Amino acid sequence: MGILNKLDSRIEQFESGNIIITTADKLLNWSRLSSMWQMFFGLACCAIEMMATSASHYDLDRFGIIPRPSPRHCDIILISGTVTLKMATRIKRLYDQMPSPKYILSMGSCSNCGGPYWEHGYHVLKGIDRIIPVDVYVPGCPPRPEALLEGLLKVQEKIRSQSMAKQTNKV
Amino acid sequence: MEAAEIFNLLKSVFNEGIMELKTDVPVAPFIIVSADKINAVSLFLRDEDTLQFDSLSCLSGVDYDKDNLASVYHLYSFVHNHKITIKVIVPKDNPLVQSVYDVWATAEWHEREAFDMMGLKYENHPDPRRILCPDDWEGHPLRKDYKVQEFYKGMKVPY
Repeated sequence: MGILNKLDSRIEQFESGNIIITTADKLLNWSRLSSMWQMFFGLACCAIEMMATSASHYDLDRFGIIPRPSPRHCDIILISGTVTLKMATRIKRLYDQMPSPKYILSMGSCSNCGGPYWEHGYHVLKGIDRIIPVDVYVPGCPPRPEALLEGLLKVQEKIRSQSMAKQTNKV
Repeated sequence: MEAAEIFNLLKSVFNEGIMELKTDVPVAPFIIVSADKINAVSLFLRDEDTLQFDSLSCLSGVDYDKDNLASVYHLYSFVHNHKITIKVIVPKDNPLVQSVYDVWATAEWHEREAFDMMGLKYENHPDPRRILCPDDWEGHPLRKDYKVQEFYKGMKVPY
C-alpha cells in the first residue's frame, strides 16, 4: 500500500478503492491483445473453418477478434488457405497497407508450406513466409477451430511479451 | 441421330474438311475436323434442322500426342436429344484453330482456358488473353513438356 499512500490528492478521492496500478506496457498490451481486429478475407477451405470459428459455437468475438473490411483497421491477418502466386501479390499489398504493429497467423498446410500442392502446384506459393513474416503457424489440413483458437492465443502470448512503451522489441 | 449418320451428313456437305470418324474407342465416338473448317462445320451443326446442336457442353484443350494438340468439342442438342464429339488436331509448333465464339458464345471463356493451359491459338477470338494464370505467366502449364518457371515477380515458384 506504500505507493497508494503517495498518490496525490486528486486520485485519493476514489475512496471506494477501485484503483489499479500497472505499467504502461501491461495496459497497452492488454488492450491490444483484447481487440485483435482481423482482416476480413478467406482463401480456401481453411476459410470455412475460420468462419466456423467466428460463428456462435466457437465465438471469436469473445477474444475481441472482429473481422474488418479494410486493412487499415486491422491488427492481424489470418492467411486462411492456399495462396496462389496471383493472390500472393495482393496479400503483400494488403499487408503493406496494415498499420504496425501487425501480426500474421498462417493457417493450415497450404499457407505454411504449400500443402498438397508442394510438388505439382505450379500456381501455388509454397509458404506465405516467402513474402511476409509469420508470427504463428497453425498446422492442419484444415485445422479444427480449437487449433485456430490455440494459434490466436499464441499470438496473444506474443503480444503480451512485447513492449510498446520501451520499443525494445521490434513489432 | 447416331454418330455415323452425322458423319455421313457432314461428309456430304463439307467433304475435304471432315477427316475421320472414330467409333472403336473406349469413349464416345468422335469426328475429326480440319482446323480451317471448324467454324463453318460448327455453324452447320447448330443450324441444320436435323442436327440442331444448340449447346456446346464443353470445349477442352488436349495434349494429344508427341507432336499434336487437340481442341475437343462436346456438343448436345436439347431439341433432338443427341450428342457428338468433334476433335480438331493441330501441330504443336503452329496450333492455330478457328474460333467458334460466334457460333456458341460460351466458347469465349473455354477457348481462353484452352489457350491458357495448352497454348492453342484461336483465330478471330474477340479477347485472346489468359483466363486463369496471370497475364505475364510463362508457358502453358497443362502441356506434358511444361517446365515451371523458377521465379514469378521475385517469388520462388518451385518448392
